[in-house]
Amino acid sequence: MTVARGVAPLLPLEVETVRPDPVAPQVWEEVELTDADQELRKELLDTWGDNPGLWGWLRSTSHLSIAKRYIITAFLFFGLGGLEAGLIRLQLSQPENSFIGPDRYNQIFTMHGTTMMFLFAVPVMVALALYLVPMMVGARDVAFPRLNAYGYWVYLIGGLFVYVQFLLNTAPDAGWFSYVPLAGPEFSPGKRVDTWAQLITFTEIAALVAATEIIVTVFKHRAPGMSLNRIPLYVWAMVVTSFMIIFAMPSVATGSQFLAADRLIDTHFFNHAEGGDSLLWQHLFWFFGHPEVYIIFVPGLGIISAIVPAFTRRPVFGYPVMVLALVTTGFMSFGLWVHHMFTTPIPQLGQSFFTAASTMIAIPTGVQIFCWIATIWAGRTRFATPMLFVIGFFVVFIIGGVTGVMVASVAFDQQAHDTYFVVAHLHYVLLGGAVFPLLAGVYYWFPKFTGRMLSERLGKWNFWLLIIGVNVAFFPMHILGLEGMTRRIYTYLPETGWGPLNAVSSAGAVIIVVGMVVFAINFFWSLRRGKTAGENPWGGETLEWATSSPPESYVFMYLPVVKSRAPLWSEGSERVVVGGLRSDVRDTLTTTLMDAEPDHRQSSPAPSIWPLMAAVATGVMFISAVFTPWGLVVGSVLLFFALFFWGWPDKADQAKRLAGESEATA
Amino acid sequence: MKRAGVRAVVAAGVAGALVLSSCERENRGYGEEPAGNPADAASLTPLQPGPTIRVTAGRGPYDENAYKVNEGKFLYSAMNCVGCHANGGGGMGPALMDENWIYGSDPRQIFSSIAQGRPNGMPAWGTRLSNDQIWRLVGYVRSMSGQLRKDVAPTRSDDMFYGPSEQRAKELTPKNATGATER
Amino acid sequence: MRQSSRLWPSFRRTVIALTALLGACIVPGNESAFNPAGPQAGRISTLWWFMLAAATAVWVVVMVFLAWAVRRSRQRDQALREPAGDASMQRGVVVGGALTVLILTAFLIADIATGRALGALPRKNALRVEVIGHQWWWEVNYIDPTPGRIVTTANEIHIPVGEPVQIIGSSPDVIHSFWIPNLHGKKDLVPGHTTSTWLRADKPGVYRGQCAEFCGAQHSKMTALVIAEPRPQFDAWYNAQLASARPPSNPVTARGQDVFLKSSCVVCHTISGTLAAGTLGPTLSHVGSRLTLASGSLPNTPGNLAAWIVDPQRIKPGTRMPSSNMNQADLQALVTYLESLK
Repeated sequence: MTVARGVAPLLPLEVETVRPDPVAPQVWEEVELTDADQELRKELLDTWGDNPGLWGWLRSTSHLSIAKRYIITAFLFFGLGGLEAGLIRLQLSQPENSFIGPDRYNQIFTMHGTTMMFLFAVPVMVALALYLVPMMVGARDVAFPRLNAYGYWVYLIGGLFVYVQFLLNTAPDAGWFSYVPLAGPEFSPGKRVDTWAQLITFTEIAALVAATEIIVTVFKHRAPGMSLNRIPLYVWAMVVTSFMIIFAMPSVATGSQFLAADRLIDTHFFNHAEGGDSLLWQHLFWFFGHPEVYIIFVPGLGIISAIVPAFTRRPVFGYPVMVLALVTTGFMSFGLWVHHMFTTPIPQLGQSFFTAASTMIAIPTGVQIFCWIATIWAGRTRFATPMLFVIGFFVVFIIGGVTGVMVASVAFDQQAHDTYFVVAHLHYVLLGGAVFPLLAGVYYWFPKFTGRMLSERLGKWNFWLLIIGVNVAFFPMHILGLEGMTRRIYTYLPETGWGPLNAVSSAGAVIIVVGMVVFAINFFWSLRRGKTAGENPWGGETLEWATSSPPESYVFMYLPVVKSRAPLWSEGSERVVVGGLRSDVRDTLTTTLMDAEPDHRQSSPAPSIWPLMAAVATGVMFISAVFTPWGLVVGSVLLFFALFFWGWPDKADQAKRLAGESEATA
Repeated sequence: MKRAGVRAVVAAGVAGALVLSSCERENRGYGEEPAGNPADAASLTPLQPGPTIRVTAGRGPYDENAYKVNEGKFLYSAMNCVGCHANGGGGMGPALMDENWIYGSDPRQIFSSIAQGRPNGMPAWGTRLSNDQIWRLVGYVRSMSGQLRKDVAPTRSDDMFYGPSEQRAKELTPKNATGATER
Repeated sequence: MRQSSRLWPSFRRTVIALTALLGACIVPGNESAFNPAGPQAGRISTLWWFMLAAATAVWVVVMVFLAWAVRRSRQRDQALREPAGDASMQRGVVVGGALTVLILTAFLIADIATGRALGALPRKNALRVEVIGHQWWWEVNYIDPTPGRIVTTANEIHIPVGEPVQIIGSSPDVIHSFWIPNLHGKKDLVPGHTTSTWLRADKPGVYRGQCAEFCGAQHSKMTALVIAEPRPQFDAWYNAQLASARPPSNPVTARGQDVFLKSSCVVCHTISGTLAAGTLGPTLSHVGSRLTLASGSLPNTPGNLAAWIVDPQRIKPGTRMPSSNMNQADLQALVTYLESLK
């Protein structure tokens, strides 16, 4: 059999239109595998593959399949969140519309925000990283494969839980930020807000798991020779994101458990009559909430840095400055949270500090943008759909960025806070700064995931519909906000004069929906009929392009050794690889932190059902905690057993290893 | 493919069942009023001529509606029920969180007590509160002695703490005026 | 291939069309931060225009450079690899970074200057108005050291033109936010805290503002009106409010008052000079003089008042006011009576 393997692609590539019949791309050549390679491949497939059928699927710990599930689940939630947005825009398209009543509307806009922020944006970014980061650093899997599986199942269970509650009229209805006292025990009866509080727990556990995986994989499992200054910028972005997750998530977890406790067991964290304070909630939530938006945005920056080199044929200019910008953004994002509270009764002197910090954070992002523009200038640019979305990022995100600097100012925020101006700002930065890069990444890495190219023609339609739709839908909201339209209203009077701009905005929403439908069509059609892609259809420079498309379960037949930042561009067709790792057991290589010198061989665990069991136990624990505090006790017992069996040594694997070792040393 | 089809049908069935059993607990029911005035139908005492007819305690229309019961809690302090009944412990008026019900613990009997007024100072609220408002109060009053499910009963208010919330109230078996228990 | 040159004309046309469309849609009406009627909103508006100009310039400049970079790069045969071009790129990034810092510093200075100006509003002899946010209406008390001169009203705040007003905000239930875009920024009313905002209206008019912090089912219909009028008119209004509600002057209004006192209205509403002293809902002592009903949801007309009394849930689902089922004649009398309370 033959395996297509990429040639160092320094040739200019033209944009190709998609034809229905697959045409073998001309960039790469077919390479014959030697017999020894064939043997090795069979053995590796045996070692690293999953068992067949449903049982194998449930037990899988391969980062490739976990990440794919994660991404698909996240996109399903994106669709649901988009539906909710569509309903909101339908209701608001006319004054005094009676399409949706106030109670249902409150649930819908809360679910829109909660779904998009907790169930789509963060999970999809970490999922993409869970797929790509190990490959980009030359590892076969993440550092803790079973924990990775656990993280996915916990996320899935949490997401299913909140949507089942939605079907039961028990969706949270106090906003995605759930301010007390409205979300407190007196003003939100029933179990809606409790559902929200426990959803936070599920998504927070999943995010922390993913962050741990990324950090340890990047720090300890890099290919030999990939010193810290040779790590791809996308990987740096994900490391920064992961550290942000680790520091930010506990804050909202604490806050949500305080809220759950106030509602369930009569604590008084937010009860000012007994010494608590509503503002405590705001601080706890926004200390998480502001880094959260950077957790969503920084991976977008990483994706841009991954795509620009392939389409400009040169590395991104100013690598050290780019890394510094990412790290600075990460740090500074923790110093901004009070800008969400400028209209609350907190001292004004402190507010000014946060204005300064919120203004300053534009500097590292600005520098990154200048470096990308410089890269484009110095490169030889060609356009395909991923690059179109990159340009779209510049256009849309910068609008959001400048309105962000506007609302960073206390004086102006007094007018703009909690109005549609902020809605416009946040959608510009999230759509421009996260969704556009994400779609660029999907178009870019789809060949790697599936072995097929997405249609360029549909991709162009997707892009243009989306960029037009986003601007038509959200630009009028800037004006609406400053004309007095506040957020979270289910209707408005005709006398306010907000009708025409709302109608325009709703029309824009329709365009966005059409654009995303085109994306879905492109996705499903190309899965079956897309042009076959080789290993490296775009001519990328990072290690994920040195695997087959889609990667086989073992990812790298031989673990690479790198000597530069752009391994696939500078190392020609002769590659140095790691020797001495066994292929009959799951062996990985651990390297040192700074210079990635080989340190020791690490065994990777076999597939296991216990992560799923532990996730179910976690689910039982937190779902029953919505109704009774005893749920935590019962769930803990179940979790204990699940973890007990999770950690049970795999005697067969150990025996196989020892047998192999004594053979090797004999 | 066939397995996928079976799975899809099962999933749809579960989703459908869930939707149909859509939670009464969270139903806001704005503008809905329970029909009729039950004050006429409720008897105040099990004593009557002829053979004894066992009275089984009924259910209030809002026994499963956390929103309405919480609104009842709001009305309880807004209408100054706390002035005589405190937060269930009583004072000038009888305690509402114990098992003794002078005029009956059936929801319709509680409704009558509130609507018609009672001797020794209980005002007649029938002309001042709508049926819906009185039913909310009935639900809340019942929650004080743990008659409602834990997920329906209200939790603490954002005021100074006076004791465990109704959600944590012990469920007490009501005794009617003659000391006989009603269930 | 020729995409960049095909993009530009259509892009230009789109920009022009959108600007025209949006220009047509910006109607600086009453409720607008674009239409300041007082110094506070005026200063914020100045800041806004400065920031808008700077932000637009920044975006345009970056887009121009991006377009130029794309065009330049498509003219190349080969990408420049380091160290070729590094010096000029470095210059470009450094200059860009420096300009960014400068512009952002300008923003910061502008913001701090505006903040200080906002705090420097002269406060002598300010009118003190206490605004209490309820779910879902505004209680308004004019503070006066003489208790007999305290005016209590709801949802509509009259202020004298050209004089400073201190709005003292609080909330007994959830967080609300008092906001009149024409006059000043918003201030949250947080339970357990008392907030204070200073504003002044320099032009007479009716200024509308909605509650700006999500507060539950009818957050959408919690509107406050600030009516700025010259001092003599304000004094006349104030004295009229101080007086007790007008007693009924004809059989219809007498019947109306009778209906009011005998039905559930008295449980929640106050009409000064009668036995009705409920404080759960807005005071109705001078409801006939208000411009709107139900916290700005309806214009104050007899028809609307009747509709509101009969079925408030239809207009504001979730409001605490119950429906009533009084007969037509009673309703008519009640409405006539209430409308007579000017």
